[in-house]
Amino acid sequence: MLTEFTPLQSALGGVLIGFSAVLLMLFHGRIMGATGILMGVIWPANTRDWAWRAAVVAGMASGPALYLALTGGFPDIHSPVSTPLLLIGGFIVGIGVTFGSGCTSGHGVCGMARLSPRSIMATLTFMATTFATLYIVRHLIGG
Amino acid sequence: MRIVTAYLIGLVFGLGISISGMANPAKVLNFFDIAGTWDPSLIFVMGGALIVTFIGYRLVLKRSGPIIEGGFQIPHSRTIDIRLIGGSALFGIGWGLSGFCPGGALPVLGTGNSSVVLFIAALLAGMLAARFMMRLAKDSRTASQAATIQIR
Repeated sequence: MLTEFTPLQSALGGVLIGFSAVLLMLFHGRIMGATGILMGVIWPANTRDWAWRAAVVAGMASGPALYLALTGGFPDIHSPVSTPLLLIGGFIVGIGVTFGSGCTSGHGVCGMARLSPRSIMATLTFMATTFATLYIVRHLIGG
Repeated sequence: MRIVTAYLIGLVFGLGISISGMANPAKVLNFFDIAGTWDPSLIFVMGGALIVTFIGYRLVLKRSGPIIEGGFQIPHSRTIDIRLIGGSALFGIGWGLSGFCPGGALPVLGTGNSSVVLFIAALLAGMLAARFMMRLAKDSRTASQAATIQIR
């Protein structure tokens, strides 16, 4: 399934993502990593720590509503994979980001912006295995 | 106050994800399918986010601390080990299979999309499973250390 090339929109979205990462550091002194924030919600250290993380997640989930208010429609969301693949993939992502201590936001944006060697290695690794997985799924198996 | 700023910052992130295309698994997967229906848009998401964060962090981290909380909490570990690389490799495999990453999926919860609910449920199960595995490994390490000390 083809998707439209949207360089300007994507760059604007990226700028907002970066802006939120900078604001979270400025106000709360924390890394804007979805994995770390979510882990603190489901496995809380204490109530005070839980509250700000839950608020960030609630804010994230309100993003599409703000998008709706600004543009008059929800963003395009189309999942082209089967339910079993979605579940297996989700479970593997959960294990991977926990052992790897981060995902696209924590390592790929915040860690790379700090030039952290761990985050640079993590990002290169997951980008490489994602490219490889797509190639195998779509061109070797899916053919 | 801290809850309000946290919510608003999450909202900016969620809006950014919605605008960028990261919320759309079809688009994300096409970025990784160079040999097929390639859509390079996500390079621009990463580029935009990195430029702003790179400059912004440099300005913010000159301060003595954040506005609300006590201090900056930044990971200082420089250890590149099998846990980091293996975990990241698995993450990429799961991302390639499902099309969602955690930061891309959380905002989509707000649309009521059924695929993302399944993904998040599986994601949480995987995170908890990994957390239990890490705890077991730690317990058995502590136990074997205790045993070694006793033998001595």
